[in-house]
Amino acid sequence: MRAWERIWLGATIALMILATLAVFLYAPREAKMGDVQRIFYFHISTAWSGFLAFAVALIGAIAYLRTRSARWDQLSHAAVEVGLVLLTMAIVTGSLWARPVWNTWWTWDPRLTTTTITWVVYLAHLLLRNAVENPETRARFAAVYAIVAFVTVPITYLSARLLRTIHPIVLGPSVSSEAQGQFGLTPRMVHTMVLSLIAWTLLFSVLLWMRYRVQRAQETLEGIEAAAEEA
Amino acid sequence: MGYLVAAYLVFWGVTFFYVLYLLRRQRALEERIARLRARFNPEEGEERDELR
Repeated sequence: MRAWERIWLGATIALMILATLAVFLYAPREAKMGDVQRIFYFHISTAWSGFLAFAVALIGAIAYLRTRSARWDQLSHAAVEVGLVLLTMAIVTGSLWARPVWNTWWTWDPRLTTTTITWVVYLAHLLLRNAVENPETRARFAAVYAIVAFVTVPITYLSARLLRTIHPIVLGPSVSSEAQGQFGLTPRMVHTMVLSLIAWTLLFSVLLWMRYRVQRAQETLEGIEAAAEEA
Repeated sequence: MGYLVAAYLVFWGVTFFYVLYLLRRQRALEERIARLRARFNPEEGEERDELR
């Protein structure tokens, strides 16, 4: 591991620990929901990182189509996988928050439905990409798919802002009067939220870098094996 | 409190196992690449001998 990687990893671990301590010790206990509201810091941060990953996948896809460099395809593919892991965590933590607050694990609310669609669309991206054998066709197909798939991200973001939903909007105004679990942010909550978002963004960057390196090694191996077969 | 602990366990658990999975996969791939390169090296040596 190179020196800058060690510094990067160390900063990520330190910030993750700091953010977790802030969630439990610095952020105040919310009056109505109690301690379960603290899930919100993890839930929003993982959702944010997941959507950031899909944005990176989009950038990688566009860059691949422009340059045809395999590195961009590898980055895009890595970002989709990491994004799926993070979005899965956001869905699970959201469900764990919903059980005591909404009295149900799951409901087909616009926000939850659009998030599920996003999750399924990106899962299909991984499965379909792996089904294509020719590396160039696979990369081109994955790039076009990643660009189209990204449409689900703004739809998911806007679903809770434009449609009638029970999903609370903590950052920004909500048009839905049916939101359940809505709460106002105190300054300490804002500090904790900002710290969590920075920590999770760093965690995402570390996971993305690790996954990208795996993808590069995988494709290097495939290249060597193909050369061996030809020889 | 139970739901809060469960959420945090899910997060740390998934992160831990995903990092472990990536590290193992990386190591396995690097070992395979090293084995393949080692297999090709003697041939490269022979080619160099022929050129001499």
